[in-house]
Amino acid sequence: MIQGLPEEELFTAGNNACAGCGPATVLRHAIRAAGKNTIVVGATGCMEVVSTLYPFTSWKVPYIHGAFENSAAIASGIDSALKQLNKRDKVNILVIAGDGATFDIGLQAISGAIERQHRFCYICYDNGAYMNTGIQRSGATPPYAATTTSPAGKKIHGKQEQKKNMPLIVAAHGSYVYVATASLAHIHDFINKVKKGLAHKGPSYIQVFAPCPTGWNYPTNMTVEMARLAYQAKITPIYEIENGKLKFTMKPDKTIPVKKYLSPQRRFKHLNDKEIKDIQKIINESYKKLENLEKCNNIF
Amino acid sequence: MKKIISASEAIALGVKLCNPKVVSIYPITPQTMIPERIADFVYDGEFDAELVNVESEHSALSVCLGAQATGVRTFIATASQGLELMHEILFVVSGMRLPVVMAIANRALSAPISIWNDHQDSISARDSGWMQFYVETPQEALDTVIMAYKIAEDHKILTPAMVCLDGYTLSHVYEPVDIPSQKQVDSFLPKYTPKYKLDPKKPLTMGPIAPPNIYMEIKKEQHAAMNSALPLIKKANSDFKKIIGRKYGDGLIEGYKTKDADFAIIAMGTICGTIRTVVDEFRKKGKSVGLIKLKTFRPFPEERLKKELDNLKGVAVIDRDISVGQEGAVFTEVKSIADIPVHSFIAGLGGRDVRPKHIRTIFKKIEWAKKTKKEWLL
Repeated sequence: MIQGLPEEELFTAGNNACAGCGPATVLRHAIRAAGKNTIVVGATGCMEVVSTLYPFTSWKVPYIHGAFENSAAIASGIDSALKQLNKRDKVNILVIAGDGATFDIGLQAISGAIERQHRFCYICYDNGAYMNTGIQRSGATPPYAATTTSPAGKKIHGKQEQKKNMPLIVAAHGSYVYVATASLAHIHDFINKVKKGLAHKGPSYIQVFAPCPTGWNYPTNMTVEMARLAYQAKITPIYEIENGKLKFTMKPDKTIPVKKYLSPQRRFKHLNDKEIKDIQKIINESYKKLENLEKCNNIF
Repeated sequence: MKKIISASEAIALGVKLCNPKVVSIYPITPQTMIPERIADFVYDGEFDAELVNVESEHSALSVCLGAQATGVRTFIATASQGLELMHEILFVVSGMRLPVVMAIANRALSAPISIWNDHQDSISARDSGWMQFYVETPQEALDTVIMAYKIAEDHKILTPAMVCLDGYTLSHVYEPVDIPSQKQVDSFLPKYTPKYKLDPKKPLTMGPIAPPNIYMEIKKEQHAAMNSALPLIKKANSDFKKIIGRKYGDGLIEGYKTKDADFAIIAMGTICGTIRTVVDEFRKKGKSVGLIKLKTFRPFPEERLKKELDNLKGVAVIDRDISVGQEGAVFTEVKSIADIPVHSFIAGLGGRDVRPKHIRTIFKKIEWAKKTKKEWLL
C-alpha cells in the first residue's frame, strides 16, 4: 500500500507477467496514480502481451493497443477526439511502452506527437532490451550487456555502443515538454512524476527504470534491489526537466562502484576489468554532464 | 448547387458535409489537394474538425485509429507510397472494426518512382480488410464519400472503406458538380454512433492478443461482415437516389449497353469514360459491345458479376495493376467466375495513356478470342 494512492487496483492480478517483473509493478502504480478517468494506450511488447490475452484483460480502465511503433500517434488521435467531444480536461491519456517501442521503432511517432503538443503522458518502461521477443539488443541496451543479438562472444563482448540518451532527445523538442526519469526503487518519486505529467497541459515523457529478471538474469526476488543498486551506482540519475530547466529530484546518499550493480546479473558476467572500468568511466562522465546541465539556467 | 470543381475539391466538400471530427493530414502527390481544401474550410471557420498534421502516413492512419476508437468519425487521404507506409495499420484498423473512410488518389508505386496514375497502390491493399470503391467522375467521388460513411458505419458492417480516384486524370480534373445540401446529407447519413468506444465510464480493452483458438473465428466474422455489406451497398446506392437524386448502377456494378451485348470490357475508374465513347462508336457500326464498370472491388460482387457475364460471349478485363509473376488482380477475380473466354489486358501503368485506339484494339481482339488470353497494352 502506497500512501495517498487509492486502494483499488486498476491493473489487476492474474496477468501473465514473469515472477519479479519490474515493468508490471511500475504499471500497477502508474495507473493507480492516474485513476479511473484514464485511457491507456499500450505499445506492442511484454506489458501488452501479458495483460490482454483474449478473452481476458487485466485492465479496469479503457485500454487500446494498435501496433509497436504508433502509440504516440494513437494517443494524438485520442487527444484530438477528446477535444472535439469536450472531454479533454476530464480524461487522462497514459501511454505505456517499452524501450524498444520508444528509443527505436516509435521514435518518429513520439517526436511528431510531442512537436504537435498533444496532451498525453508517455511512460517508457526501460528494461534495456527487446524482452518480449527474447532479449534482443535495443537502443537502450547499456554498453557491454549481452543480449541474444549482441551476445558475449569469444571475440566481441556484448553491445559495443552506448545507450541512447532518450530523455534529453525528448527534452530537446522544446520547453513545453515535461520530461522526467524515475526508478522502480523510488516509487513515490515516480508516482509524483506521473501525476505531474498528467496535470501538464501538453506532452510529458517519463522514463522509468524497470529491471527484468528474465532478460538480465538475476534472482527474481531482487528486482527492487537491482533498481536500488543502479541508482546508487549512478546508472539511473533521477531528474526532471520542466520549462527547459533540468533538476535532480533525488541523489544517492552513498554511491557504490558499478561492479556491485553489474555482478548479480548474468548479462554482465563476461566482463573483464577493463570493460568494467570503461563502464564506470561512461557513468561518471554522463552523471557529471547532467550535473553541469543542472547548473545552467535553461538548457532548452 | 452546381459548381465547377476538381474531384479533389469534390471529395473535400463531401467530407465536410459528412462532418468528421478528426482529419489527419500528410502530404503526398497527387492527393494533397484534398486535405488542402479541408484545411481551408477549417481555417476559414466553415468546418469544425481537429486537423492533425502528422509526421508520416503511418502516424496519419494511427491518429484516425485512436480518434475513431474514442468515438468520433474520421477522415484521411493518401496515395501510393503513403498507402504502402500505412499498410501495417490498414489491417489493425479493419481488424479492430473501426469504420474509417479514406480517399486514395491512385498513383503508381516505386521503383522506378512515378507520380502518375495506376491502381497498384490500392490493389496492393486488396487483402487489408477495407472496402474499395473506384470512382469515375468528380460527382461520383463526392457522392461515394457520403455513401462510404453510411455503409462503413452500419453496426452490422463496421468495416473501413477506401474511395479510390485516379490520380491526376480524376483528382485534378474539373467538372460541374452538383453539391448536395447539408439537409439532404443529414437525412441520408445519420450522426455517428459508435458501437464500442474508449470511455472511462464503460472500460473495455481494444486490440488484445488472440491465441490460435480464437484468431480464426475473429477473422471469419470480419470476412462475413464485409460480405454482408454487398446488399447494404446496393441499398445505400438506391437510398442516395431517393434522397439526393443520383445513383451509380446498383452500387456494385454499372453496366453500359450490356443488356444485348455480345462482348464487353470490365474496368475500374476514369478509363470507363474512354470505353463508353468507343462502345458508342462500335454500336453505330452495328457491333453489340458494352462496358461493365466495376465500382465495388471489395467486397467482390461475385454473383452480381456472374449474372452480367452469363449474357456475354466474351469479355476483356483491363487491369491498371500487375501482380508480378502472375496477372492483373481484377482479371484473377473475373477468370475465377467466368464460363466464357476472358481476355486480360495490363494497361495504363505509371500514367501511360489508354486512348480510344487501344480500346478499339481490345474490342476487336475479344471478338476473335476463343479462349482466355493475357497481354500487355504498351
